[in-house]
Amino acid sequence: MMIKTIQHNSRLTAGGCFTVLLLALTAFMFAFSGDVSAADQATEKVQGNFAGADYWRSVSDGTEGYTTSQGAEHGQLINVDGERWRHWRNKWISPGGLIAIGGSLGLLVLVYLTLGCMKLDKPRTGRLVLRWGLFDRAMHWFVAITFLTLAFSGLNILYGKHFIPEYFGYDIWKNLIALSKFLHNYIGPVFSVGLLVMIVRWFGHNFFNMTDLKWFIQGGGLIGNKHPSAGFLNGGEKGWFWALTILGLVVVGSGLVLDFPLFGQTRNDMQTANLIHGGVSLLLVAVSLGHIYIGTIGSEGALEGMKTGYVDETWAKQHHDLWYEEVKDQIKEPAGEEKSATEKGNTGRA
Amino acid sequence: MAKMKFLCDSERCIECNGCVTACKNANETEWGIQRRRVVTIDDGEPNETSISVACMHCTDAPCMAVCPTDCFYQTDDGIVLHDKDLCIGCGYCLFACPFGAPQFPKQGAFGERGKMDKCTFCAGGPEEDPAKQKAKYGANRIAEGKLPLCAEMCSTKALLAGDAQTVSDIFRERVVYRGHKDGAWSSLDSEKAVPGEMSQQQMAALADELAVDAGNIIAKA
Ligand code: HEM
Ligand code: SF4
Ligand code: SF4
Repeated sequence: MMIKTIQHNSRLTAGGCFTVLLLALTAFMFAFSGDVSAADQATEKVQGNFAGADYWRSVSDGTEGYTTSQGAEHGQLINVDGERWRHWRNKWISPGGLIAIGGSLGLLVLVYLTLGCMKLDKPRTGRLVLRWGLFDRAMHWFVAITFLTLAFSGLNILYGKHFIPEYFGYDIWKNLIALSKFLHNYIGPVFSVGLLVMIVRWFGHNFFNMTDLKWFIQGGGLIGNKHPSAGFLNGGEKGWFWALTILGLVVVGSGLVLDFPLFGQTRNDMQTANLIHGGVSLLLVAVSLGHIYIGTIGSEGALEGMKTGYVDETWAKQHHDLWYEEVKDQIKEPAGEEKSATEKGNTGRA
Repeated sequence: MAKMKFLCDSERCIECNGCVTACKNANETEWGIQRRRVVTIDDGEPNETSISVACMHCTDAPCMAVCPTDCFYQTDDGIVLHDKDLCIGCGYCLFACPFGAPQFPKQGAFGERGKMDKCTFCAGGPEEDPAKQKAKYGANRIAEGKLPLCAEMCSTKALLAGDAQTVSDIFRERVVYRGHKDGAWSSLDSEKAVPGEMSQQQMAALADELAVDAGNIIAKA
């Protein structure tokens, strides 16, 4: 009855409207009983109970008034976007990330179980080709280590609370989550620098060409029984480079917005940055698992290139035949020590 | 079980900021932190309206739902408190809160904010030692059987604090005595209802109507 009165009272002034603020506030807090996930739902409840749409719109649009408080955005009474952010973060980003990362892991387990490790198809010759110089390797591991630090700390910030306190107790959780925030917020900018250097340095290697198209058509060697041709980098590697570049820059950009709240970012800016950052970074983690898999247990001989800088001639021929043709003149004859290691059957090599 | 809530009657609030001062005094909050504030809409215009806001101790609290450390908890009285030892100052609670209640001592590079601070309904926080508790979280008046100082000190009794049921009853009673058609929310534009000019029957009917409506408010609690 009351609601009708208000909605149909055309003479209701703005002032009359605002006198209901208290009720709106009360309404809002009561509206949070039960599982109110969407702001819309909350809005509906409040509208249904207290006032007309006009009134609600004016307060929830973030009507600002005068206040002596110096707190940021303290003139604004209600910020409904908070509820929207909570909904998106907790109901979409959080489970979405689990699905993406879990799905990626599951797929890789399946690949490993069906295909196993991709072995070298011929015995090693022991002759080594220089693939990555010291700078490239240092840069790669710099980016990789900072990336993993950010991934683990970020995942902890998002998911840790659901299980760590329960299994490891209060003290461990307290220190771990504080460490995670610290590492994440300080390593973030460090990673950003590494990523930019990497993008600039490897940009030139990564333009797609017809060879890569054929590489993709043959599924990187899964389709057909011949290993597809590839230059210095194959199609898959270039794909990972561009994924890292694009997703990585988005993650870095949104991360910097979150990390340096010094430029007058509003709560709403932070919410948006958080959703972009969370969503895209989780996707990036899911994709990165594929790269890590191929670089380690997925294919024999790949990791040693990034560890020592050199790859075996056999590996180069098998995986990057066109590149091998270019560099075969510069092949290093095995040094005595390395030769004996290779002769002993490659023990100790991944 | 009591459910503690605040309610500010904007018909009475005169923007004296007494609640703000009382809070600051009771809790001795850090420099720059003001747990309660008064917001005046349409300041200086005929329909100027003020309202005092702080943490509303939401039933399904958004801050609690997003905190990465899970440092919030709700007391049996429905008061939302948090553990400053666990808080990492990420700001998420502030992003989620509809009322802008959580505050931070600083706002630095690398997301350095310090420990979050907000209204505790004068219920202190998770710290055994009373002196430490007072220093970290402010007063624990609830433990002494007292209500929040802001509401106790409110000169016009606009700001009410206490069990939701009781607070609503008081408010409903006021609405009835104000006696105009739009009840709580309009001193202007009402067609009838000059208090004292209503018949007993009209009063009774109005009271009934309003009671039903206010009932809707608390039914949600
Ligand atoms: C590529 C690696 C990265 C990954 C996987 C990652 C992942 C995440 C995740 C999952 C969260 C939690 C989101 C949530 O709880 O809703 C987060 C938060 C955050 N990230 Fe990242 N992130 C990465 C890089 C960065 C970078 C480069 C920066 C800054 C330059 C950054 C700054 C932040 C900040 C400031 C937060 C908010 C957490 C807080 O302040 O405590 N992140 N990140
Ligand atoms: S801090 Fe904000 S979201 Fe949390 S209980 Fe208080 S008013 Fe509600
Ligand atoms: S600032 Fe503290 S209380 Fe707020 S969400 Fe972050 S950890 Fe939780």
